[in-house]
Amino acid sequence: MAEKVLMKGNEALAEAAIQCGCKHYFGYPITPQTEIAAYMSKRLPKEGGVFLQAESEVAAINMVLGATAAGVRSMTSSSSPGVSLKSEGVSYIAGSDLPALIINVQRGGPGLGGIQPSQSDYWQATKALGHGDFQMFVLAPSTIQEMVDFVPLAFEVGEKYRVPSMILSDGMLGQMMEPVEFPEKKDVVIADKPWATNGHQNKRPKNIVNSLYIQPEELENLVKERYERYEKIKAEEQRAEEFMTEDAEIVIVAFGASSRVARSAIKSAREEGIKVGMIRPITLWPFPDKTIEKVVPTAKKFLCVEMNMGQMVEDVRLVVNGRKPVEFFGRTGGVIPTPAEVLDQIRALAGKEM
Amino acid sequence: MSKTLNVLLAGFGGQGILFAGKTIAYSGLMDNKEISWLPSYGPEMRGGTCNCSVVISEESIGSPLVTQPDVLIAMNLPSLDKFVDAVVPGGTILVDSSMISKKVERTDVNVYYIDATKIADEKGLKGCAIIILVGKMFKEVGFCTQEALDKGIQKVIPAKKAAMLGLNQEALKIGMES
Repeated sequence: MAEKVLMKGNEALAEAAIQCGCKHYFGYPITPQTEIAAYMSKRLPKEGGVFLQAESEVAAINMVLGATAAGVRSMTSSSSPGVSLKSEGVSYIAGSDLPALIINVQRGGPGLGGIQPSQSDYWQATKALGHGDFQMFVLAPSTIQEMVDFVPLAFEVGEKYRVPSMILSDGMLGQMMEPVEFPEKKDVVIADKPWATNGHQNKRPKNIVNSLYIQPEELENLVKERYERYEKIKAEEQRAEEFMTEDAEIVIVAFGASSRVARSAIKSAREEGIKVGMIRPITLWPFPDKTIEKVVPTAKKFLCVEMNMGQMVEDVRLVVNGRKPVEFFGRTGGVIPTPAEVLDQIRALAGKEM
Repeated sequence: MSKTLNVLLAGFGGQGILFAGKTIAYSGLMDNKEISWLPSYGPEMRGGTCNCSVVISEESIGSPLVTQPDVLIAMNLPSLDKFVDAVVPGGTILVDSSMISKKVERTDVNVYYIDATKIADEKGLKGCAIIILVGKMFKEVGFCTQEALDKGIQKVIPAKKAAMLGLNQEALKIGMES
């Protein structure tokens, strides 16, 4: 087993990307994700890769589009306001059926907002990062180890289904250090990309990467074909962690940083004899509705804990569909909820009719 | 040490708050404990207050943000004022008394006053004041084994700054003996 090292989340993620064969990084600095770009600028030239600080976020995402169209693993990273700027390019990548990795190390919003951790881009990531009918494969790490492990997963799933992938992190995970272990070095296997525009050398018909379809029927058919892939992703790629849900009467649903706070609160509540557990969505899209559905019969109440004003809670309510109450607790603007605050919420729910 | 130790280090930017936090974190890691290290980041670091949360635990760590520290290392008055009431009853506060003349009024915590910045300056260990406090913390709280602390301080100092290792080791020793 490799030695565990202490690394900042941002740097660990960048190292993981390099180790899984991503040699093309395009970005623009913004707090709290700048360490990703800084790490790439140091390492990629030595790895024979390309680090390019673009003139803007818009330029960076379009460079990713170009690189990924040519068939290489390519990524960009930013934080909330910068991700908004990338939205047009992400829509083009989705409309061109290209995989690519986009990292959002979230901070408070809207607007320039703040620079402290937030989860208020859940809707943006899972519903509409850009115009048009499309989805991204969205992963939400909650540890630095997951910041590492989810990078190859994001590339592999994105390439398998030809969809853009996002790792939705936040300022806390980006800035904090935890022990992390990198997988043993092995040859990275990247799937063939017969669609890549990397030179036909007169040996095959030319490939075209395009997102413009003037004929409505043609575009409709293409979008429908893409949605068939989305259905496959929903069926096969849902991921979630269950924590103490077996006997839980209160089920907390939380992802990323807020799931860590919830986990601390759950341990304290268990010591008080309250039957509480957690479902932690790992894929935010596809939303892990199968895991939520499984506990609906046994749970009495749900509580969503998020670092926003209530975004994922709507997806939980869609699954629960009125069968059980779904409450919400959140802090926003860059405030991290404390375990004590979440514990108070759990106690209140346990006190009410339980 | 109980199952989980929550440590908060606070002071001005430039006093080595984050470095000292890393030293504690790496030492815990050398004991194969679970570790988290979370800095405050942003404009408050430029000349203003800076703080760092470190958690050392036998089990996986939930929130890495320390809001109720078992140990507080305070390197300036605003930091002491801000966090003194957050320390858990029975907890430990280490005060750099070169920087803070005020005394802690609470009676339910263990307080150690070390003239750290002055001692560091006199002994040619400029900038290592907080490491003296880490040494004192090691003596009073025992957050890791001696072996882990020795390894931790070596891990945290990069090869190109090897000259700093001896100074930091001396600072730890002074803290342990005070």
